[in-house]
Amino acid sequence: MSSRTVAGPATGPRAGGERAPGDRTAAARRGLTRRRTLWFWVFVGPFAAGLALFTYVPLLWSVGLSFFDAHNTVTPTRFVGLGNYTAMLSDGAFTGSLRTFLLFTAFIVPATYVLSLALALMVNRVRRAQAFFRSVFFLPAACSYVVAALIWKMSIFNGVRFGLANTVLDAFGAEPVAWLSTTHPPWYWLVIVTVRLWLQAGFYMILFLAGLQRIDPVLYEAAAVDGARPGPQVLRHITLPQLRATSVAVVLLLVVNAFQSFDEFYNLLSDARGYPPYARPPLVYLYYTALGQGQNLGTGSAGAVILALIIAVVTVGQARWFGLGRTDADG
Amino acid sequence: MDDALVRAGRALRLVLLIALALLFLVPFYLLVRNGLSSEQDITSPDWTLFPSELRWGNIRELFDDTSVPFARSLLNSALIAVATTLGTLVLASLAGYGLARIPYRHANKVFYAVLGTLMVPAAVTFVPSFVLVSSLGWISTLRGLIVPTLFSAFACFVFRQYFLGFPRELEDAAQVDGLGYWRTYWLIVVPNARPVFAAVGTIVFLGAWNSFLWPLVIGQDQSAWTVQVALSSFTTAQVVRLHELFVAAAVSILPLLAVFLCFQRWIVAGVERSGID
Repeated sequence: MSSRTVAGPATGPRAGGERAPGDRTAAARRGLTRRRTLWFWVFVGPFAAGLALFTYVPLLWSVGLSFFDAHNTVTPTRFVGLGNYTAMLSDGAFTGSLRTFLLFTAFIVPATYVLSLALALMVNRVRRAQAFFRSVFFLPAACSYVVAALIWKMSIFNGVRFGLANTVLDAFGAEPVAWLSTTHPPWYWLVIVTVRLWLQAGFYMILFLAGLQRIDPVLYEAAAVDGARPGPQVLRHITLPQLRATSVAVVLLLVVNAFQSFDEFYNLLSDARGYPPYARPPLVYLYYTALGQGQNLGTGSAGAVILALIIAVVTVGQARWFGLGRTDADG
Repeated sequence: MDDALVRAGRALRLVLLIALALLFLVPFYLLVRNGLSSEQDITSPDWTLFPSELRWGNIRELFDDTSVPFARSLLNSALIAVATTLGTLVLASLAGYGLARIPYRHANKVFYAVLGTLMVPAAVTFVPSFVLVSSLGWISTLRGLIVPTLFSAFACFVFRQYFLGFPRELEDAAQVDGLGYWRTYWLIVVPNARPVFAAVGTIVFLGAWNSFLWPLVIGQDQSAWTVQVALSSFTTAQVVRLHELFVAAAVSILPLLAVFLCFQRWIVAGVERSGID
């Protein structure tokens, strides 16, 4: 989660011994510094060691493993250079999964952005029961993707007639739809997009609410004096520009989260017969490559590295593009 | 004239909000409705809003069914969520305090090393993490499910930001009284930082309870299944007893709803100050 506070350098710890009385010797001061260093590592050491072991080591291991042949084993067997990478990039299923992801992101990011902003704007201005509405929209955040996928798959969007969606269609005299297995038109998208929308909109609404509450009311008064009509004009010229920093953070989080989508795809689309080749995001593909029957950890690692690089490029690129560094300064 | 327009707009907004709120509650309703229905009431082609009878016995049936390790997976999830939350709070708050308050020449470098891992999407490292955990022999153990998740850069970051803004006077007074860093931390800082502990703790607990990919990868034996993995295995099974599946899902969100309702205020506060904006 990056932010304006992330970009600012740490307000460095004060240099040790700056208030030391004049009669203190250099040796005593060195002793104090040493003692502070020791305490620093007592506090930070366990966390830093764990982070190194469980984040940095796997990362480096993965990069190393991606240059080796490693089937069914975690020990690299044969050096293959960039072989795993070219294999992954020429694998239609993997590149296809990247395309699926791009399409999914193109849907879910604007949809969540608009819905969560709209919810925040409405909840912010409602007078009574504000806490109630905020809770209701935020409540799905306490629900897991597994449970949500179950409700969507087995109760709302069933292919057979007992689903809620088909019951509603039936009331209008329409034919039932096999939601999850219809690819032309891609009805399964409706299922995938709505489940994520339901789960995450409330979380981003909270971020927007926080942003809205920080806007100086004087700005709105000034706009009213200048004759701006409440509604679209104020929204466009005051609210949205003032929410810029929040918007950048929200879009960044949405993109990164969409990149890592796994739970709802896996739980909506896989069944006892396996996983359909359409709608396969990269993580699902990597899961089956590295830990499925083949246990091809070499190419799995190469795929993970490729995915990590794409995420890094998109994240940094988006931050640059929207000037995350600049909004830091004037926020 | 204008007044009437404003009032109409306000009414319209309220109607829209109520409609959306109902829409957001529908999935929860379906979860409970189906969980307390008979199989027929769920799969009947003549779907009705209310089931023909409420079957509270479904809950007992779920725990009596020995073919499904549901009680075990519930216990695993509880152990994992509690251990992860406590461990994360201790490790990350100590680190956050050290980074914020103990002068050390390379503190910034350490901080950036922590921050850097925030940019590494956790899900992308699941393949190498699996490799590491399996080489430690931790597959299908609670250790393997808990320990690797204890080092949350996000939690450390939130604590550091919080302690940076913490009034120094209290700590200065403690130091004058001769308390070292250790006792200052436990006796002065922690009791005064309860809100941030509650906020981070709740977020970590929800995350641990709901996480799926890591438990799926590590919990290969049924004995190490979490409740999410168990639910997922029901949905992909060939033969599904729908009412049991739904009642299991409903039971699985009860602890979360309890935590959520108790600590909602803290989640909101935590999200707001998590450094996102």
